[in-house]
Amino acid sequence: MEGKIRILIAKPGLDGHDRGAKVIARMFRDAGMEVIYTGLHQTPAGIVEAAIQEDVDVMGLSILSGAHLSICAKVFRLLRERGMEDMLVLVGGTIMDEDIPRLKELGVAEVFPPGSPVDAGVKFVQNWVAERGKRSGSSF
Amino acid sequence: MDFKEEIRQARISWEKEKGVDKIPAVKSELGKEVKVVYGPEDVSEGDYLATIGFPGDYPFTRGVYPAMYRIRPWTMRLYAGFGTAEDTNRRWKFLLKSGNNGVACAFDLPTQMGIDSDHDLAQEEVGRVGLAMDTLRDMEILYEGLPLDKIVSSFNINAPGAILLAMYIALGEKQGVAAQELSGSLSNDILCEYVSRGMWVFGPKPALRLTTDIVEYCTKHLPKFYPFNIRGIIMREAGASMAQEAGFAFSNAIAYIEEVLNRGLKIDEFAKRVSFFFATGTQIFEEAARYRAARRLWARIMKERFGAGNPESMLLRFTGTVGGSTYRAQEPENNLVRGAYGLLANVLGGVQGMLHPALDEPFAIPSEETARLALRTQQICAYETGVTKTVDPLGGSYYVEALTDEIEREIVEILRKIEEMGGAVAAIEQGYMQRSIADEAYRTSQEELVGKRVVVGVNRFQAEEKKRKTEFHRWDPRMQEQQIERLRQVRSERDQAICRKALDELSRSAAGERNLIPPIIEAVKAYASIGEIMDALKEVFGTYREPLCI
Repeated sequence: MEGKIRILIAKPGLDGHDRGAKVIARMFRDAGMEVIYTGLHQTPAGIVEAAIQEDVDVMGLSILSGAHLSICAKVFRLLRERGMEDMLVLVGGTIMDEDIPRLKELGVAEVFPPGSPVDAGVKFVQNWVAERGKRSGSSF
Repeated sequence: MDFKEEIRQARISWEKEKGVDKIPAVKSELGKEVKVVYGPEDVSEGDYLATIGFPGDYPFTRGVYPAMYRIRPWTMRLYAGFGTAEDTNRRWKFLLKSGNNGVACAFDLPTQMGIDSDHDLAQEEVGRVGLAMDTLRDMEILYEGLPLDKIVSSFNINAPGAILLAMYIALGEKQGVAAQELSGSLSNDILCEYVSRGMWVFGPKPALRLTTDIVEYCTKHLPKFYPFNIRGIIMREAGASMAQEAGFAFSNAIAYIEEVLNRGLKIDEFAKRVSFFFATGTQIFEEAARYRAARRLWARIMKERFGAGNPESMLLRFTGTVGGSTYRAQEPENNLVRGAYGLLANVLGGVQGMLHPALDEPFAIPSEETARLALRTQQICAYETGVTKTVDPLGGSYYVEALTDEIEREIVEILRKIEEMGGAVAAIEQGYMQRSIADEAYRTSQEELVGKRVVVGVNRFQAEEKKRKTEFHRWDPRMQEQQIERLRQVRSERDQAICRKALDELSRSAAGERNLIPPIIEAVKAYASIGEIMDALKEVFGTYREPLCI
């Protein structure tokens, strides 16, 4: 794959606390990635559809309501249905430590619970890109 | 040479002699240079009585009441609500027994969005971040054993605010309490939702009609109720600076007041029932000065711009709370200390009421133990520290008076900008407030990341991370089933014809110009659900799409 990494930052569910999502979106943009922000109140189906339309490499979900397990289960079911289970999915928000392994079982690549530094997501994606480059023998 | 000029001269030689220019520079929260020391020459030339004066006297810089906390301390409340009405009723009774003054109701996201608990979008959200409220039946259970003539209730809800007010009035009627006896407040501040937090449903125009209907109805029928509790806090928590918070809240308030005046009400008929809700950080002197500045400025706006004659109309009454965003997940016990300093700033700033966040705020809604600790923090400040002994103890501090002037100028500048754009609604439609807040949130997050903004235990003096304690409040999925079951039962037991008729009448009224509170009360009494009532309004009002600003 050539060009900039494309990332979808999404706010699923009814939670409207988007301070974190907006800060993280700018961090990704400043790191040279192409950021698409969905806005509030998105359904899992709408998010997966947006990811397809925008042809993104990474999906970042911001969830502060506590409903992360059911939202992520729905997102991954839809991704599998569309043959996109390889999508790198990151989740940030009000997530209890004991839920992290459960999110990872669903397929979430990394979880950023309260207290995560704001640049943790960018660093994670940069490492992932570097690893992927090494594996495929190409570089961005 | 006058005495201030003499001091200025003396300062120049003192600075030279002591090498003051080599002392590290320090900036305020608003990015202004802070002097090494302040003196009489830094305080404005204005007439003392006209700009500072006495508490309870215009322009109220020192406080809205002459006695302030010498008669009684601020109103102490905790924001509480979760699960079903039964769960919240139990928590409220526990808090009231611990000395909580009245109740501050937290609603879950479906309720705040006007969606029923059995709606697709509500699944897994019912009763999570607050209490689930579908019909009048929930309100009846919520207040079991709590007579409405003996309790003060505050409702933080905007888009479906009119429905909650209608339920409260209907419940009063059932309990035999007349509307004019009901006391409490409704946030009724939809504009802050477009700016941040996103709990909007309708577009600004129909939403402002509902806002105005509420104020008009309360002015006529609920004289003890505050139909506005304007929420600077929502914008501050999304990233706004302390000046932006006050400036944006004031410009939203101005927009509401203009709507109400257009409806034909007189300013002194309702302005004394306007109240505010702000968030406070841990910068003690700047926050206290900000409240002094805001009080003075609000009094001037009410008097000079709106021609208020009754001094009661000019008072900036506010609830203050330490913003949850000042709390951190690392070493959560430290939040108790942050909270105590922040609440001290509130008290020095002359707050009327406080909600105080519990130390586990970064993770979950509070447990009984942490909720009580948050109440105790307030009680200890009020009864053991002596800060309540005299009014405005910081008044006359060269530093605080200079800060008060500086922050006031900053808020005035923000108001001027919004005015130039055509007022709050236009500024929101152009994304001005949203962008300003996103910029500020980004700036402070970067400062924290590089350690320029010190947060103890986070980017300085970090300790080895212990295993986090996990006795946080957990959501119980059975509660969602119970709530849905109750909603279905209410729907099956009510008189469908009466309910349908009330909803049709509401849609018809929405298409016309009638005040919508009476038809909403009828629908509520017919046990129509929040979602059904919102749908009846959506038929006429449509829904809103946000402009995206990152």
